[in-house]
Amino acid sequence: MSWVDAVVHGILLGGVYALLATGLSLMFGVMRIINLAHGSLALVGAYMTFLVVEHAGGSTYVAMLPVLAGALVVGYALQRTVLERSLRGGELVPLLTTFGLLIVIANLLQKFFSPDVRGLASGGIGTANWSVGGGLTIAWFDVLVLVIAVGVLTGLHLLLRRTQLGRELRATAADADTAELLGVNSRAVYARATAIAVATAALAGVFFAMRSNFDPTTGPTQLIYAFEAVVIGGVGSLWGTLVGGIVLGVAQTVGAQIDVQYFALAGHVVFLAVLTCRAMLQAGGLRVLGRLAA
Amino acid sequence: MSAPPLLSIQGIDARHGLLQAVRKVSLDVGEGETVALVGANGAGKTTLLRTIAGAHRPYGGRILFEGRDITHMPAYRRTRMGIALVPEGRRLFPQLTVEENLLVAGAARRSGSWGVDEVLDAFPLLRPLRGKRAASLSGGEQQATAIGRALMTNPRLLLLDEMSLGLAPVAVEGLYRSLTMLIESGTTILLVEQDLSRALGVASRVVCMLEGRLVLQGAAGELSREQVTDAYFGLRAAS
Repeated sequence: MSWVDAVVHGILLGGVYALLATGLSLMFGVMRIINLAHGSLALVGAYMTFLVVEHAGGSTYVAMLPVLAGALVVGYALQRTVLERSLRGGELVPLLTTFGLLIVIANLLQKFFSPDVRGLASGGIGTANWSVGGGLTIAWFDVLVLVIAVGVLTGLHLLLRRTQLGRELRATAADADTAELLGVNSRAVYARATAIAVATAALAGVFFAMRSNFDPTTGPTQLIYAFEAVVIGGVGSLWGTLVGGIVLGVAQTVGAQIDVQYFALAGHVVFLAVLTCRAMLQAGGLRVLGRLAA
Repeated sequence: MSAPPLLSIQGIDARHGLLQAVRKVSLDVGEGETVALVGANGAGKTTLLRTIAGAHRPYGGRILFEGRDITHMPAYRRTRMGIALVPEGRRLFPQLTVEENLLVAGAARRSGSWGVDEVLDAFPLLRPLRGKRAASLSGGEQQATAIGRALMTNPRLLLLDEMSLGLAPVAVEGLYRSLTMLIESGTTILLVEQDLSRALGVASRVVCMLEGRLVLQGAAGELSREQVTDAYFGLRAAS
């Protein structure tokens, strides 16, 4: 694989991370909740689609539709029954709650689906390639995932900017108490945000499962990549999530081009570098370095 | 039997942090009245207003709106019933534009005459600013947006907290002109104001608080400035 090949594949891989990170970013942006169960909820989406395909047959693309509708309901109910209560307990409680949820989901998936590795069929597009020339080949499925990620982000962008729900989400994120004084039911707004976040997680989980094999322990690994994409792109920034996903994907594929073992390591190094730069900028460290250089 | 007052506060106790800010306050506000709530800093005016709006939970007493007990009703439902608060410090959503700030309040609005265009007519200075972010506005423009935002809910009772605080005199002048227009249109207003002259100029009734208690109330035309000032500073008990 050439360097150009590595960069192109990294950009496409970024689509997967961005899709997974979108819901994480939305929940943090609106409610300041770091949902540690986000990767596990994505995995539940994959398993539920697997179940629908197993029992009803048909294409994965069709089977995911009722799962996405179910994910909206699950997300709404999760917020109203569990997260809403934990939010009242301060910043740490939602973190612990979602950590507990992660463990519960992983164990339930092990119990009902066994630790066996599974996969979801991606149809003809899963194996179709486009030979660009110069030895560069692009998988159509990866392009599809990137297009869906951009589509989901565009949809969310329009929702936030052009609709009443979007205005309420942004107002509640800025100042929930004042939004309530204007007639906005902030608890219902939070529940809708979580519903959207869980549905995007399920969508990402299904596409991840069409791309790679999965088992009940896959969730936390994917959470780490999604979390890194959110932090690299700027916490709470929707389009930053896409940028973060692409930067992470390119770092990983370029790292793998150097040595295949550096795939994950290169992504983590970029993540740490971004965190360090931000911390230095905040502390005014770069100004000090600039003065020293002058 | 006469109709109940629009707002009836009955023996309300409320805390601000650990401090008991409001003590056994009882007050009625009738439809179409403009009541000025005056008092020194820390008298409990803001806590009382926030308690009426539902942003503060009282630990004693009752609040009735149109005869209905709303003491334990969440703030957003009170707004939908017709109570709107313009909070101290404006509390606009800084990243939203002026128009978006107004539209947020339009979510649960009651039927009525106020819409974006009507607010922009009432506050013409906002018309060229409708697409600007709230964070970039001057203090007077922010206050006009905050009042317009509350009007978007089509309130029956408008609670105004320190409307002129920190604003340039010319901005205060403009806001009071708009307020006079609102009063003339029959909107019921409970106004917290430190500027006694302005409060006495627009109110039909004046209520004075001192250390969490009501110490004076009466028709604005019947109270002398000295009486209000004495009650304001606690120089002489009056009722």
